[in-house]
Amino acid sequence: MNDRRYSTTELMASVASRILEDKKSVFVGTGLPMIAALLAQRLHAPNLLIVFESGGIGPQIPTLPISVGDSRTFHRAVMATTMDYVMSLGQMGYYDFGFLGAAQIDKYGNINTTVIGDWEKPKVRLPGSGGGNDVGSFCRKTIIIMRQDKKRFVEEVDFVTTPGYLKGGESRYKAGLPRGSGPYRVITQLGVYGFNSNGEMTLVSTHPGVSIDDVIENSEFEISIPKKVESTAEPTEEELRLLREEIDPAGIVIGKRK
Amino acid sequence: MDPMQEGEAPLLAWEDPDEHREWISKEKSKELYDKTSTVREVVKRYLRDGDYIAFGGFGHIRIPMALIYEIIRQGKKDLVMACKTAVHDSDLLIASGCVKKVEVAYAFGHELRGLSPASRRKAERGEVEVVSEWSNWAFQLRFKAAAMGLPWLPTRVMLGSDTLRKSSAKVIEDPYTGKPICLIPACYPDFVAIHVHRADIYGNAQIDGILVEDFELARAAKRLIITTEKIVDHEEIRREPWRTSIPYFLVDAVVEVPYCSHPCNMPYLYYFDEEHISEWLRLSKTDDGVREYLDKYVYGVEDFDEYLDLIGGQKKLNYLRKLEELRAPLKAPWAK
Repeated sequence: MNDRRYSTTELMASVASRILEDKKSVFVGTGLPMIAALLAQRLHAPNLLIVFESGGIGPQIPTLPISVGDSRTFHRAVMATTMDYVMSLGQMGYYDFGFLGAAQIDKYGNINTTVIGDWEKPKVRLPGSGGGNDVGSFCRKTIIIMRQDKKRFVEEVDFVTTPGYLKGGESRYKAGLPRGSGPYRVITQLGVYGFNSNGEMTLVSTHPGVSIDDVIENSEFEISIPKKVESTAEPTEEELRLLREEIDPAGIVIGKRK
Repeated sequence: MDPMQEGEAPLLAWEDPDEHREWISKEKSKELYDKTSTVREVVKRYLRDGDYIAFGGFGHIRIPMALIYEIIRQGKKDLVMACKTAVHDSDLLIASGCVKKVEVAYAFGHELRGLSPASRRKAERGEVEVVSEWSNWAFQLRFKAAAMGLPWLPTRVMLGSDTLRKSSAKVIEDPYTGKPICLIPACYPDFVAIHVHRADIYGNAQIDGILVEDFELARAAKRLIITTEKIVDHEEIRREPWRTSIPYFLVDAVVEVPYCSHPCNMPYLYYFDEEHISEWLRLSKTDDGVREYLDKYVYGVEDFDEYLDLIGGQKKLNYLRKLEELRAPLKAPWAK
């Protein structure tokens, strides 16, 4: 996609930002989710409430935070409080959107960020849940941003760090998780996915230049393909300008322009 | 009531609340007395090999690095660490071999900077044992349960996950709703150090900005050390008591250490020293590099003041202050 006027990361940021709605709340991490939330705030969602797990509520982010708890995450916030306060609000139902990253995902949106291989003898030890399990348990609509290939879109994740729809059907709610919560969209370098009423991943759109075959070939599990698959809308000139000039001028997340 | 599910992990740092009440009556004085001490002395006096430890702040925000370096310098060993979002603190303590076991909500990573080579290598080689998994909030609820004098607290996170399976939480049927609910056991760490903006000589402490988990962690701690950017007059505390987040009777010792969180962030005072953190992340890719770093910055210096000279002295500290105040651009060598 190098000959395009935008990078895949910029496209993913644009896609993620358009999912967020005005007058709603979003529980964010740093990196791409942060960029997406800031982009949304500057365009269609000026009243988007941003919340950070470590205690920042409603900050006016001046520059991309390095940590989800650094001083940028409560800069000019309406409240700087405790993790317990922020998480309790989530459990009550105050958070509309939440973002997650993942090393592996299965067709029910169950996520692994703990280990690759056996938990006892890991091939790769990853950071663990962090706030991920909390976000995935109580946000109404969780958006997962990750790379897609056969090692990441897998039949069975090595470890369910964060619950998606578990085994599908009613299983998420039978486990005690709140109704009206769970994975909503998955955004990868190839396309955008949603979940059907049984909690199984379905294709929503493919990115420009990506075929349905590409999507199928880069997943170990079967992705349900609807009759009508749209092409992901490209980022606008205004979105690209905001991303490059105002939101991430150092190119920390979206990369430096050559 | 029989649990519907029980996590497989052993229960660490838990106490029967009645036993902890006894402990408090014997060990926690309500006398206002001068608790000021030094980093060297508090590590020597209050931290024992094998202790269960936790630090305030958020892994690389508002953490007591001067004390962490001293733990490494004194060669403390077999420590068990609560990695309740642990970042640079756990990375160094695991890499140096001080920490033998960890309970993990978040560890082995440096957030936006990527994974932590040294501690991750130790985990993959089995040189540090991961005892259990938790979510961030679940870990905080462990401290909150302790801080409330309760054996556990209920929550709706962790349910349905392997995170729960590898924790020491339990699931029961909630007697009110009839739905499954997760019980998070209390955690009383043996040794906790929390870095704050200001405290008086008795230990009354104020934190500016987010408290993260420290409101609860301070009460859950058995031994609590306060490191502070500044010791202030007791009258300053009395004048604005609503700003106190940790009262004196929880505190065992107070140590004044300006720039104590370096190379990590101290909200409103100084931002991350990305140059220094990058040096660590680069060197810690090998065991030799870890030794090189520790020889230079930990074993090779007499104390934290000498360390501050070594990392760039006043000039670097002035830059980090400007960076925090958004008056200088961020230079992050690890960025793409």
